[in-house]
Amino acid sequence: MNVRALIVAAGGANYGSLCEACRRIGVDAHLSDDPARIADATHVILPGVGAAAQAMGALRARGLDRALRELRRPLLGVCLGMQLLYEHSAEGDVDGLGLLRGRVRRLPAAPRWPHMGWNTLAPRMADHPLLRDIGRDDWFYFVHGYAADDDGATLAAAEHGAPFAAVVARGHVHGTQFHPEKSAAAGRRLLANFFAL
Amino acid sequence: MLARRLIPCLDVADGAVVKGVRFRDHRVVGDVIELARRYAADGADELVFYDITASPERRRVGVAWVERVARELDIPFCVAGGIRSVADAEAVLAAGADKVSINSPALARPALVDELAARFGSQCVVVGIDVDAQADDHGTWRVVADSGKPEQASDSGRDLLAWVREVDARGAGEIVLNAIRNDGVRSGYAHMLLDAVRAATDLPLVASGGAGAVEHFGEVFERCGVDAALAASVFHAGEIRIGDLKRYLAARGIVVRP
Repeated sequence: MNVRALIVAAGGANYGSLCEACRRIGVDAHLSDDPARIADATHVILPGVGAAAQAMGALRARGLDRALRELRRPLLGVCLGMQLLYEHSAEGDVDGLGLLRGRVRRLPAAPRWPHMGWNTLAPRMADHPLLRDIGRDDWFYFVHGYAADDDGATLAAAEHGAPFAAVVARGHVHGTQFHPEKSAAAGRRLLANFFAL
Repeated sequence: MLARRLIPCLDVADGAVVKGVRFRDHRVVGDVIELARRYAADGADELVFYDITASPERRRVGVAWVERVARELDIPFCVAGGIRSVADAEAVLAAGADKVSINSPALARPALVDELAARFGSQCVVVGIDVDAQADDHGTWRVVADSGKPEQASDSGRDLLAWVREVDARGAGEIVLNAIRNDGVRSGYAHMLLDAVRAATDLPLVASGGAGAVEHFGEVFERCGVDAALAASVFHAGEIRIGDLKRYLAARGIVVRP
C-alpha cells in the first residue's frame, strides 16, 4: 500500500521539522487542516507545540476533532499531540479528543520541571511493531511539562521524577511523548515503524 | 535517566556564524547550515542560534534561515535574539525551532514570559540572563540588559536571584545563565553564580560563558548541578570535539547521550 501521510496542521506547531523527518525516511508527508484530507490519508500525525487548551481550540474550530475521532487508520500523536488524544489535560483544564482513556497531568516539580532533554525508555510491550529495533539504549528528545499516566496503553515508559507514558498504543491510536523528528537515528526508526503499520 | 546536555551556541549575523570575545570584535567562523550539520553529526544534544543582529537593531529575527536549519537538523534547536512578542515567537516556532529564548525584551516587559508560556507552553520558553559576574562580589548580582552590543549594554536594575524567581513564577521553562566576564575567556564557568541560581529555582539551568577545556564541563556538571552546558568558541575552533567531550564526561561518571 502506498503511504499517503498527512500531518494535521492546526496552528503554530512545528510542521517543517516533521515533514523533513518524514522525507528523510522516504515518506512524502502533506500538511493540511482539511478534515476531508484526513479521512483520505493512510497515516496521520498529530503534532503539537503549544499549550493544550489553545491547541484543542484550534482543532475544534476547524472540525478536526471530529475527523480525528472518526479516523480508523494509524494515527500518531507527537508530544502535545499525544496528550490531546486523552480524555482530559490538566494544562488549562481542558477536555481532549478522548481517543485514549486517562488523563494528562503535570509532571512532579522535582528534580526539574519541565522535563527537557534526552532520556531513555523502559519498554513494557517491546514486541509491538512501533518499537521494532528500539530498546533501552536508545535516546529520545523530550520537552514537556505534562504527561499521561503510565497505564495499560503504555508500550514504553520514561521516568522523570515519576514514570509516565512515553510511547502508547490502543488499536489504531498511537502516541510518543518525545519528538521523533528531533531524536536523530532512534527517532527515524520510530517514524519508519509507524509508517510500516 | 535524563542526560546532561552539551549545547553549541552559534551566534548568527547576516546568515553567518560569528564569534567575538566578551560580545565584541565578531569574526565569521562558518556557514550556519554547515556548522549545524557538523554539530548534529558530532553528537550535540541541542543547538542555540543567537541572532546577534536582531535584538539591538530592533528588527525581528529572519525566519528563512530558521527554516533551512529545521530542514537539516534532526536534533532540537532554540532561537534567540529579537523575539519581543507572541507573533515573533510564533514565526520562529512555525519555521521549525523547538524553543525560543528571550532576554532583554523580557527585562523591558516581563509579561512577555507569561504570554509566551500561555500560548506555547512553558517548555518552549527559555529566558536568557546576562550577568557581569564580578561587578559585585558581595552576593548580589545585577542583570545586564542589551548585552548583545556592548555600547548599548546597561544595568537593568534587577537583582539576579529576584529576576530568576520572577521568570520562574511567570512560566519560564529554562534559564540560560551567561556570565559576561567569562564569555570567550575560557577560564571555566562561573560556579558561584550558577550555584546561587541553582539554589533559587528548580527550572532546567544552562551554564554559559567560560568553557575552555573538557575539565570545565566536568566541573560545572558535578559542582553546580546544571542540566546543560553551552559553549561556542571551543567548539567552533575545533579545540574540543563533542564526541571526545562526551567520552570524557561518561568516563567521569556523568550521564550523557553517547
